[in-house]
Amino acid sequence: MPATDSGPILSVTGLSAWYGEAQVLREVSIEVGQGEIVTLVGRNGAGKTTLLRCLMGLQGRYSGGIAFLGSDIVRLPAHRRARMGLGYVPDDRGVYSTLTVEENLTLPPAAGPDPWPLARVYETFPRLKERRSFPGTKLSGGEQQMLALARVLRMGARLLLCDEPTEGLSPLIVGQIGDILREVKRQGTTVLLIEQNVHFAATVADRHYLLAEGRVVESLRNDEMREREHELLDYLGI
Amino acid sequence: MLQQAFNGLVGGAFYALLALGLAVIFGMLGVVNFAHGAFYMLGAFGSYVLLDSFGVNFWAALVLVPLLLGLAGTVLERLFIRRLAPLDPLYNFLFTFGLALILQDLVKREYGVQSQPYPRPGLLSGTVDLGLFGYPAYQVFVLAVSVVVCAAVWVVLTRTRVGMIVRAATERPDLTRALGIDVGRWVTPVFGFGIALAGLAGVLAAPMRAVNPLMGADLIITVFAVVVIGGLGSIFGSVAAGFAIGLVSALGNLYVPALSQTLVFILMAAVLLWRPAGLFGREEALS
Repeated sequence: MPATDSGPILSVTGLSAWYGEAQVLREVSIEVGQGEIVTLVGRNGAGKTTLLRCLMGLQGRYSGGIAFLGSDIVRLPAHRRARMGLGYVPDDRGVYSTLTVEENLTLPPAAGPDPWPLARVYETFPRLKERRSFPGTKLSGGEQQMLALARVLRMGARLLLCDEPTEGLSPLIVGQIGDILREVKRQGTTVLLIEQNVHFAATVADRHYLLAEGRVVESLRNDEMREREHELLDYLGI
Repeated sequence: MLQQAFNGLVGGAFYALLALGLAVIFGMLGVVNFAHGAFYMLGAFGSYVLLDSFGVNFWAALVLVPLLLGLAGTVLERLFIRRLAPLDPLYNFLFTFGLALILQDLVKREYGVQSQPYPRPGLLSGTVDLGLFGYPAYQVFVLAVSVVVCAAVWVVLTRTRVGMIVRAATERPDLTRALGIDVGRWVTPVFGFGIALAGLAGVLAAPMRAVNPLMGADLIITVFAVVVIGGLGSIFGSVAAGFAIGLVSALGNLYVPALSQTLVFILMAAVLLWRPAGLFGREEALS
């Protein structure tokens, strides 16, 4: 069972979003409890990335309710949401080429009760320490993903919003990312994770939301997910 | 020839200051500031008016005029540019272009199109012996100021937290906001700073170039070519291209005088064919 002690850290109600005339989210409602790892699973175009962008305040047009830490954040600009403790790891990893690895890490201001000191970041990610003065985009894909994760941990974000951190990475790196997410969970940080890799999702997450065509079509506990893994893989067409 | 090369570097000093301002503004705001040349012109006229009507000397104008124009720039950003920014970029094109025409014609109405005289500051009226040839001290001063200012901006951009934020916001504005940085707060001072650089170039131009309402319009076309050659959004590229274009066009002037006006644009076309994003531009910046 998920480690929900208090109310949900994030609660989304009736969220709809549009790109121009096209509606990409339809009345989506989800909850994430404190300390949980929850995944959003669905095909490309199901609206997963848009949902994270809405949470982060980057989506142009949307309606509905978003409560984070019990307060309504719909009207807050992106930087205020980040400072409340939302840690965004975008689908393209968001590593700056004009910033060094270390600058990439130290750019965001501390935004939570427990920001990682740089020393701890480098202890956990020794590769980033070796390459601290390289331009961010000189790192390999896997290293850039580590950098994007390390950056929001250094912020001390309370809720990580990770958009497909395992996409296109080797099984070895995917395994490392799994280890990091489990460690993050141990320290009490919450994660909302977009994941197409159902098998990986089942190794880290407590619960899953299945999205299709902008709607939440199912909400599954991890044991249910494991039982139906093959069925879901077929459904996702992966 | 060496002397002509030096002339080119001095000309490049102006290109570099103007291109630097354009580049930081474009990077941070995504606005191509067509009024940049008009602010350069206002810089020159500002120091002329200060001297003519208030007896304020060159050295005071060198500090005062960029400061005042920079302030005017921040007001402009707050009142107009910021409001137009969410719309199609064309609106800010049109706005800054119209503003340039208005500023130009206002000055024209007051002072006519003839050039106003502006004396060289006494301290810099002599020549400096550069070893191989003597050179006007004032021109050496202009080159030195431009190099020092460009270097200082470079140090701020690469070594300070403010510079890091500007670089990040230039590369990925949305992501930078999502990482907790209030990008909007930095936009106004950056715009004002870019305008102040144009004003500084204008003040420096007053004692050595014709002070007239069209001086900015004439120059800015070349500066746009410089920015494109250096790579839109690349701050280092625009400064390097500024000095390089100054040098190349001065030498071109010497060897192929017939091409002197078009050489820069031929170069621009060649660079764009070879590297569509400019010499120091990043390809992905285009998309």
